Amino acid sequence: MMKKVYVVGVGLTKVSRHYDKGLKELFAEAAWKAIEDAGNIMPKALVVGNETSSSLQDQDNLGAYLADYGGLGRIPAFKVEAACGSGGAAFYTGYALVASGLVDVVMVAGVEKLTDARSSVTTAALAKAADAEYEAFYGASFTSLNALLMHYYMKKYRVSHEEIAEWSVMMHENASKNPYAQLRFRVTKEQVVTSRIIAYPLRLLDASPISDGAAAVILASEDVAKKISDTPISIVGVGMATDKIYIAGRESLDRMEALILAAKQAFSMAKISPRDIDVVEVHDAFSILGLMSLEDLGFVEKGRAAKALNDGAFHPGDKPTANPSGGLKARGHPVGATGVYQVAEIAMQLRGDFPGVKVPSEVGLASNIGGAGTTITVAILRR
Amino acid sequence: MYPARIWREKKARYRLVGVKCKKCGAIYYPPRPVCEKCRSRELEEVELPRRGKLISYAILHDPPIGYRDQAPLIIGIIELENGIRVFAPLTDVDEKDLKIGMEVEAVLRRINRKEEYGVIPYALKFRPIMI
Repeated sequence: MMKKVYVVGVGLTKVSRHYDKGLKELFAEAAWKAIEDAGNIMPKALVVGNETSSSLQDQDNLGAYLADYGGLGRIPAFKVEAACGSGGAAFYTGYALVASGLVDVVMVAGVEKLTDARSSVTTAALAKAADAEYEAFYGASFTSLNALLMHYYMKKYRVSHEEIAEWSVMMHENASKNPYAQLRFRVTKEQVVTSRIIAYPLRLLDASPISDGAAAVILASEDVAKKISDTPISIVGVGMATDKIYIAGRESLDRMEALILAAKQAFSMAKISPRDIDVVEVHDAFSILGLMSLEDLGFVEKGRAAKALNDGAFHPGDKPTANPSGGLKARGHPVGATGVYQVAEIAMQLRGDFPGVKVPSEVGLASNIGGAGTTITVAILRR
Repeated sequence: MYPARIWREKKARYRLVGVKCKKCGAIYYPPRPVCEKCRSRELEEVELPRRGKLISYAILHDPPIGYRDQAPLIIGIIELENGIRVFAPLTDVDEKDLKIGMEVEAVLRRINRKEEYGVIPYALKFRPIMI
C-alpha cells in the first residue's frame, strides 16, 4: 500500500540569463528557499532533474556535487535525466521514494544552466534529446522536429499561424505578471507571425527562450507533513509514459501517446476527470506542444485547441486556466528544471500564494515533456 | 560520429534496410530487435521502397554546425509506398516548390561536413521524383 505524499515546501529562482550564477549557485538558492518554506525541515534524500550538465558543464555525478555544495549533508542523491522532461521524471522518482516509505522527506530539485555556452553549442546539447543516429545525424535540431509536428498539425486541421499565435500572446500576458518569469513583456499576434523564422513554419515567438534556473520542492510523508502545516498540498495522482524517440515511427504525429497514457494513470489514481481540473501548467516548449497537450490531456477535442483558445478558453477566468505562470514560452524553459517549476507553481496556486496570475483552485495538474513527446510525466495536486 | 558507429548503421542508411516481423509481418525502420505489435524477436531484413510522399517538412535557415553549407536545410517526414514513415533531409528542390503531399524518391548524398574521424558521412536524402 502506497503512502500519501505531500508538497510541504517550494523554492524558485527567477528564470533568466544568470551570468553571475552557475549550476551550483542556482541550485543552492532554490534549495534553501524550499527548505525555509517548509519550516526549515532538512531533506533526507535529493533527486535532481537536469539535462545538459554533462554536455555544458562537463559535470556528471550531479547528486553528490549539489548535495555537497548546497550543504545538505551526506544524503542519498542522484540525477534523473529525461531531456526537457528531467524535472518531471525527478518528481516522479521523488514521489516514489516517499510513497514507498523508504524516505520520509525528499527534495526534488531541477536545475539547468544553458547560457554559458554559445547558442550553437547549447542547441547541439539540446539536440541530444533526439535520436542521434537517425535524426540529429541528418541535421535535425530539437526546434526543427517540433516544426515538423507543427506543420503537420496545421495542414491536417487547417489551423493558421495567426490562430496558433494566440498561445504566445496569452503566455506573454501571463508572464508579465509573474516575478519569476524570464520574458515579462507582452507581444501581439502580428509580432508573433512576423518574428524571425527559425525552422519554417516555426518562428522565434513560437519558441521558449534559452534559460537558466532552478526550482525545488520538498515532498514529505503524512506524519511529517501534518507537523509542518495543517493544510499541506496533497499529491493525488502521478503518471509517466514514453514513446518512440524516432518521431517518424510514431503511430500518429498529431497525438502524444505518452501524454495520453501518463494522464490516464494520473487521473485514475486521483479518481477524477479532466473536468475537475482548475489550473494546469503544460509543456509549451513550442506553442504547438502547448496546444497538443491540452488536447491529449482531454480538455478539448483533437485539432480544436487553437480555435478554443481564440474563443477565450484557457485564459485566466476559464476552467481550466492554462499556464498562469506564462509557461515555458514566457516564464522560460530551464530544461531539466521546468518540470519542477510546474509542480511548484501548481502547489502555490493551490495554496493561494502564487505571486502572478492567481487561479482560485482546488485541483491542479502539471505535465512535463522530454523530447518531442518522448518522455512524459503528469502530476495532479489537490488543496 | 565514430567510424564504427557509421559502419554499424550502413545498411539502413545507404540502402534503406528495415526489418520485417516473421510472425505478424509488421515492418520497422530503423531496424529493431523486437516486434512492437506481437513481441516476436524473429525479424528479417527487408529493403524498403525508395519512393513515397512528403507528409511534413521544415526549413532550417540556421542549421547546426557541420550542416551550414546546406542552408536552408530542408528536413521532412516521408511516407514510403508501403506506409512506413522515415525521417530524412530533402535535396535538389527549391523551397518554393515544396509541397506537403509531393512525390519524392531516395538518393545517396553526403550528409554533413563532420569528418573529424576521417569518414565522409553518406546516407539517403529524398528529392522530387523526376519524370
